[in-house]
Amino acid sequence: MSFFNRKKKNCSEPNNGVEKPSPASEVETEKSGLLNRINPFSRKETPAAAGDNLECEDQADQRLTAEGEETPRPEAEYLGADQDATTSAAVEPKPRLNFLQRFKQGLSKTRENLAGKIQELVKNTRKLDDDFWEELEEILIQADVGMNTSVELVAKIRQSAKKQRINDANEVLALIQQEVTNLLQNAQTLNLGGAQPAIIMVVGVNGAGKTTSIAKLAYRFKQEGKSVILAAADTFRAAAIDQLQIWADRVGVELIKHQEGADPGAVVFDAINAARARQADILIIDTAGRLQNKTNLMKELSKVRKIIDREIGQEPQEVLLVLDATTGQNAISQARIFQEATGVTGIILTKLDGTAKGGIVLAIAQELDMPVKLIGIGETLDDLRDFDPGLFAQALFDTDHNNVQS
Amino acid sequence: MAFEGLSDRLQDIFKKLRGKGKISEEDVKVAMREIRLALLEADVNFKVVKDFVSRIRERAVGQEVLQSLTPGQQIVKIVHDEMTALMGGSETKLNLSSRNPTVLMAVGLQGAGKTTTVAKLGKTLVKQGRRPLLVACDIYRPAAIKQLQVLGEQTGIPVYSQGQTNPVDIAQSSLEYARSNNRDIVILDTAGRLHINEEMMDELKNIQNTVNPDEIMLVVDAMTGQDAVNVAENFNAQLHLTGVILTKLDGDTRGGAALSVKAVTGCPIKFVGMGEKLDALEIFHPDRMASRILGMGDVLSLVEKAQASIDRDKALEMERKIRQQEFTLEDFKEQMQQVKSMGPLDELLGMIPGMGKQLKNMQISVDEKDIAHIEAIISSMTPKERRNPDILNGSRKKRIARGSGTRVQDVNRLVKQFEESRKLMKQFSDMGKKAKKGGLPPFKLPF
Ligand SMILES: Nc1nc2c(ncn2[C@@H]2O[C@H](COP(=O)(O)OP(=O)(O)O)[C@@H](O)[C@H]2O)c(=O)[nH]1
Ligand SMILES: Nc1nc2c(ncn2[C@@H]2O[C@H](COP(=O)(O)OP(=O)(O)O)[C@@H](O)[C@H]2O)c(=O)[nH]1
Ligand SMILES: [Mg+2]
Ligand SMILES: [Mg+2]
Repeated sequence: MSFFNRKKKNCSEPNNGVEKPSPASEVETEKSGLLNRINPFSRKETPAAAGDNLECEDQADQRLTAEGEETPRPEAEYLGADQDATTSAAVEPKPRLNFLQRFKQGLSKTRENLAGKIQELVKNTRKLDDDFWEELEEILIQADVGMNTSVELVAKIRQSAKKQRINDANEVLALIQQEVTNLLQNAQTLNLGGAQPAIIMVVGVNGAGKTTSIAKLAYRFKQEGKSVILAAADTFRAAAIDQLQIWADRVGVELIKHQEGADPGAVVFDAINAARARQADILIIDTAGRLQNKTNLMKELSKVRKIIDREIGQEPQEVLLVLDATTGQNAISQARIFQEATGVTGIILTKLDGTAKGGIVLAIAQELDMPVKLIGIGETLDDLRDFDPGLFAQALFDTDHNNVQS
Repeated sequence: MAFEGLSDRLQDIFKKLRGKGKISEEDVKVAMREIRLALLEADVNFKVVKDFVSRIRERAVGQEVLQSLTPGQQIVKIVHDEMTALMGGSETKLNLSSRNPTVLMAVGLQGAGKTTTVAKLGKTLVKQGRRPLLVACDIYRPAAIKQLQVLGEQTGIPVYSQGQTNPVDIAQSSLEYARSNNRDIVILDTAGRLHINEEMMDELKNIQNTVNPDEIMLVVDAMTGQDAVNVAENFNAQLHLTGVILTKLDGDTRGGAALSVKAVTGCPIKFVGMGEKLDALEIFHPDRMASRILGMGDVLSLVEKAQASIDRDKALEMERKIRQQEFTLEDFKEQMQQVKSMGPLDELLGMIPGMGKQLKNMQISVDEKDIAHIEAIISSMTPKERRNPDILNGSRKKRIARGSGTRVQDVNRLVKQFEESRKLMKQFSDMGKKAKKGGLPPFKLPF
C-alpha cells in the first residue's frame, strides 16, 4: 500500500507499508542473555508492588474549580498521607514489575528494534556487498543515529572489515559494536567533588523529563546517605512547583520554592543560601523547559547560571541537559545551544523504556564533546541508571538472544 | 522557526534546478538524492522518504516536465503538490457532533503536551461560543490534576476532577456532570503513556468504550524522530485515532514527524501547537505548510492573523494619521502592540515569501525584549514628547532613559527608527492608495 493514499478517510487501518514494532507481550518474554549475564545495574530490588496502595478516600468528592464552587485540596496535600513511604511506588497505581524486569523490558525494546533488524540483515547476508553496507546505513538512520554519523560509522566499519579481511556478516557485528562503544567512550560519572554543596543545574526543552529526573537523582543521593536540597526554579509552567513538591515529599528532601511567576534567579539565590545554611551535600536546581530557539528564554537561563557562578564563586559541579530519547535530529541543536547558554557538562537521556532507539546519542557523541551520564527508563524513582557505553552498545547489538537458560 | 533547516536545504536544491535551462534525467536523479538526504535529516520517516522520493521522480522525469520551458519550476510544483498530499491535502475540522456533550480525548506519550493542548483546545472552543469542560483523567503524574486546574483558571474553563480514582469512572462521571451543568463539550486529558504499555493502553480502550469519544487525538511532539511512526501506528491500531495534534512547532525542529505521521496512519493533523501560551494553537493547513517549507511564504496565514488581531477602525484611523503625517510615537506604540498580539515577530516575518531565509542571512533576530524596551521608553515620555519627538533634548532623553530602565542610546535609536518608519509608512500608504484592493484592513509593520 502506498503512503500516499489520499482517499483514505478514517485512520483506522494502519498502513502496512511500515514495519510495526512487536507488541509488548513479545518483548516481555524475550530472553535477554546479556542482561542476565552482566546485570550491572542491580542496586536493589524495587520496593513492593504498590498498585493496591492507591488511596481513594476522596473518591466521591467531585470537584469543580474554575467556577469556584469548591476549593480543591491541593494534590500535594492529597498525597500527603504517603509521605512516609520510601518511594513513589506507594502512589503509583500502575502495575509494577521488579526493576530488573523493567530494565530488561526497557532496554530490550531499544535493542530489539535496531539489533533485530541488524540480525535479520546478518542472517540473510552471504557476502558483504554494497547492498549490505547500504542497508546497514539505513538501519542506523532509522534508529535516529542521523545521516552523517551513520555514513561515517559504516564507512569506518567497512574499512576495518576490509583491512581485517572479514567476509562474514556475523563478524561485522562485533566490529559495529566495538565502533559504537568507542564512539560513546567518553561517558563519565557525575562529578560532585569540590566545594560543598555540590550544585547540579538541570536544563532542557519542555517535557523532556527534567523534574522527574531530579526526583530520581535526589532519591539516589538520599539512598547514598547524602543530604539533598531541591530548588524549584521552574516558576513558569502551571503546577510545576507542586509537581516538584510532591516528589520532594516522596523522597523526603527539602524544597526551596517561591510563588509561580517569581524570578527564577531569586529562587536559586535563596536555595544556595539555604543549602549552605543547612550544610547540604547537594543542591539540585530544576528549571523551566524551553525550546532552544527562544533567545530570550535562553538568555534567562544563562542568567541563572551566572547567578550560581557568582554566588559560589566557581562553576556548578554539573549542568545536566535532559534529552528525550524519542527526539530526532533536533537533539543535536538542543545540545549545541544549551551548551552555549549554560555550559552543559553531561546528558540525562530519558524515556529509553519506550521504542525509541536512542541512536541520537551516537550523533551527539560524534558531533559534540558532551558525555551521556545517566539514562531514564521509567517514571518512578528507581528508574535512573548510569550510562554504560559498553553495555549500551552490547545491548543494542546483542546477538545472543537465547542463552538466558545457560 | 520549525522546518527552517529543511526549507533551506530544499530551496538550495531547487535553486540549482531552476538555474538550468534544460534538465536531464541525471539532473533529476541528483536532485532526488539530495531531497532524500534533506528529508532524512529532517527526521521524516525512512520509509515515507523512500515512497515520497520515488513518486516525485516518477512524475518529474515525464516528457512534459523535462521538455517544458521551465522544468525547474515544474519540479518545485510537483514537490509542493506531493508534500501537501503527504501532509493530508486540505485542513480537517474538528468533528463536533450534535450529541450532548461532544467528547474529545487527548492521548499520547509522556510530556508530549497533552494537558497544555487540552486547555488550548478549550480556549479555542470558547471563542467559537461553545461551553467546554476539561476533565482530569491523568491520575498518575504528580500534580497533573493541579496543572489542569491552574490552566482551567487561566482560561476560565471549569475543570472536572475526582482525585486519584479510576480514570474510566472519572470520564464517565464527567459526562453526567457536563449534562447537568450545561457544558456541551468535554475534553479528556489523559496520562502520558508508552504505546507498548499494555495495561495503560487498555485503560484508554476502556475509557473509549465507556464514553465513546467523537475525537481521539494523538498529541505528538514535533521534535520526535523516527519513532514517531511507531508511536502513531500503535496508538492508531489500538484506539482508531481520528486526528493528530503536533506540538512545539514553535521550535527549530525540521518537523519530520509532521511529514510522516499522516502518511503512515492516514490520520489528519488537525492542529499545531505554536507555543506554551494558551492561545498558541493553530489549525493545520497542509498546503500552506508545504508553501512555507518550500520557501513560498504563507501570506494567507499572515493576512488572517492580521484580520483576527487588528482592529479595523483603529487601522483605518492609523492610516489616515500616517497619510496626514500625524502619526506619533503614541500610535507607534499602539501599532506595535497590535502586531505583537498577532504572534511572535520572527514567526510572522517567516510567513512573508522569501523573508524567512533573508532574515537568517541578515542575522536579524527579532527580539521580543526589544519591543518591551521600546514600549517602556515610550511610556516614560510625556504626551507632548510622544506627539512631537523633536523636542527631545539631552536632559529629556536622560530622564526617559532613567524612567524606562534603558540607556540614552536606546532612546536615540528609537527616535531614529520612528522617523524612518514614519517616512517608510508614508510611502507605503501612498502606494496603497494607488493600488487599493479593498477587503483587507490596511496593515503595516511598524518598521
Ligand atoms: N516512560 C518514561 N517517562 C518519563 C521518563 N522521565 C520522565 N518521564 C515522564 O515524562 C513526562 C514529563 O516529565 P517532567 O519531569 O515533568 O518533564 P519536564 O517538563 O522536563 O520537567 C512525565 O509524564 C514523566 O513521568 C522516563 O525515563 N521514561
Ligand atoms: N514551546 C511549546 N511548548 C509546549 C507546547 N505544548 C506544550 N508545551 C510544553 O511542553 C511541556 C509538557 O506539556 P504538558 O501539557 O504538561 O504535556 P503532557 O505531559 O503531554 O500533558 C510543558 O512545559 C508545556 O508548556 C507548544 O506547542 N510549544
Ligand atoms: Mg519540569
Ligand atoms: Mg499531562
